[in-house]
Amino acid sequence: MNAPGAFPEVDLRDSPLALRGLTAGYGGQPVLLGADLTVPPGTMTAILGPNGAGKSTLLRAALGLLRPEAGRAFFWGGDLDRMRGRVAYVPQRASVDWDFPATIEDVALMGLQRELGLLGRVRPRHRDRARAALDRVGLLPLADRPIGALSGGQQQRVFLARALAQGADLFLLDEPLAGVDAASEESILRVLRELRDEGRTVVAVHHDLGTVLRRFDRAVLLNRRVLAEGPVALALTARTLQATYGGRLDPLALAGLDG
Amino acid sequence: MTALLQAIVLQAGHNAASVVLGAALLGLAAGAAGSVMVLRRRALVSDAMAHAALPGLAAAFLLMAGLGGSGRWLPGLMAGAALTAGLALLAVEALAARTRLPADAAIATTLSVAFGLGLVLLTLIQGLRWGEPAGLEGFLVGSTAGMLRADVAAVAAVAALVLAAVALLRRPLALLAFDEGHAAASGLPVRLLDRMAMLLVLLVVIAGIRLVGVVLVVALLILPALAARAWTRRAGPMMALAAVLGGAAGWVGAALSAAAPGLPAGPLVVLCAALLAGLSLLLRGPTARRRPDRRPLIDAAEGALWTRLRLKEPRSPLLERDDGRTPLGAVLPAETLEALRQGRS
Repeated sequence: MNAPGAFPEVDLRDSPLALRGLTAGYGGQPVLLGADLTVPPGTMTAILGPNGAGKSTLLRAALGLLRPEAGRAFFWGGDLDRMRGRVAYVPQRASVDWDFPATIEDVALMGLQRELGLLGRVRPRHRDRARAALDRVGLLPLADRPIGALSGGQQQRVFLARALAQGADLFLLDEPLAGVDAASEESILRVLRELRDEGRTVVAVHHDLGTVLRRFDRAVLLNRRVLAEGPVALALTARTLQATYGGRLDPLALAGLDG
Repeated sequence: MTALLQAIVLQAGHNAASVVLGAALLGLAAGAAGSVMVLRRRALVSDAMAHAALPGLAAAFLLMAGLGGSGRWLPGLMAGAALTAGLALLAVEALAARTRLPADAAIATTLSVAFGLGLVLLTLIQGLRWGEPAGLEGFLVGSTAGMLRADVAAVAAVAALVLAAVALLRRPLALLAFDEGHAAASGLPVRLLDRMAMLLVLLVVIAGIRLVGVVLVVALLILPALAARAWTRRAGPMMALAAVLGGAAGWVGAALSAAAPGLPAGPLVVLCAALLAGLSLLLRGPTARRRPDRRPLIDAAEGALWTRLRLKEPRSPLLERDDGRTPLGAVLPAETLEALRQGRS
């Protein structure tokens, strides 16, 4: 079993997301091996790691989109099924077809699916909430446009608006800053920080060390196993980064870190 | 021409009117169910199901004829067709999940094997001289012979059910088609919705194989959706429009066949749907046609620009038009723009 003190002393009921021995993969080939993780509430956590390290797999397995081979994910100490309304998932934007016939407002409204249920009708108050979420990411003026005309950064902001409309307490984002222009990156990071300041919890898969150092509270280094977890300054050291990325890391990027 | 007009307004005799009504109702149902499939990118699975209806039909005929009947009792034939079509769906899913076959290859394998089995059984039936096999080959490309009022009522019931289900569930169905991961994470019953959509398609296939045939029924599922997609940019209206266009294609196609005896109704209905789709794409092309994707280029240039200028204010009227796109030509020197293009291509 795990050594004493391996986890921060957090009551699981306080932790929006905690993983215990989560193992998952595709076609019998495990990608993620025994991931342990405890995310404290009101923090911004980045999950870092090289390609194929199992970052997306970790999110998908935690959300039950992929059946874990072993281990469990706890949301506020319980099963996801009881907490779904409080958890918003933002997949990679490349995972959907942006030629789909929908307006920007339609996508934001999808965040209200749980409230609407299978047969519920969209009412003005739902529309208002979707529009408020779009306003927060600066897309309200484009609400009636088809999504096919959006740039990558705008696509990502629509996805974020959909999660905001849901009014969740835990946001799980898969590469929210990938292929995004600097203006959108700024706007997305600002919204995520606001969410954190409201006491909500943000967990984002991310690849850029610089952004993590400057903008995130906590970091998780992942390369099939969790190699480090904690406050950014403690988790990101030359040694842990070397262990995660092997020789693939630019020595210059390491130079600025304490060894 | 008058014959066509008479057929269109259902004044070309009782039989012709039945066929026209039946085809129109079938088109309605196929347009609605088909647009769900097209959005979900499962249109080919419905083709596999349609082709796999043939061995079921033939097996049901053999069973019933072998037991001493004529073998032509329609509900029995349809039950057989539904059974093998459903089995084909399970086969596609199992092949895709359990083997290394990708989904398209799993569909192609199932479709051709099932269809081959159906053709063998049909040939066998012709040689056996059991029951009354005359007209069975009509299920291949459809036939209007002996379309009765009772058949029209059955198609009407299917159409009512399909339209009601799609209308009620259009929002969750669109959500699932757009983003399965998000749908599942928000607790939508993904499997149940997919199964239900497949069941609707199965009903349309079963209702349609008599009129249009197993080979062509998939066209009636896909073409109205394709036509509708060109006219609208939202999923709900697309489903509604696809139903209307499918109904129109069924109506006009069947009327044409009634007005020109000897021309088969099923293929004419499909050709009408194809005409609608072709016209729609021609008239409204830009909404449906994929333009070369310059978004990565624009993203990269925007990124470079923001970094260069180190702007604190993310929005500026100079840099962002009201559609959110940066007019690159306005802010980048022409040679920089050209260099970016060269570097990308």
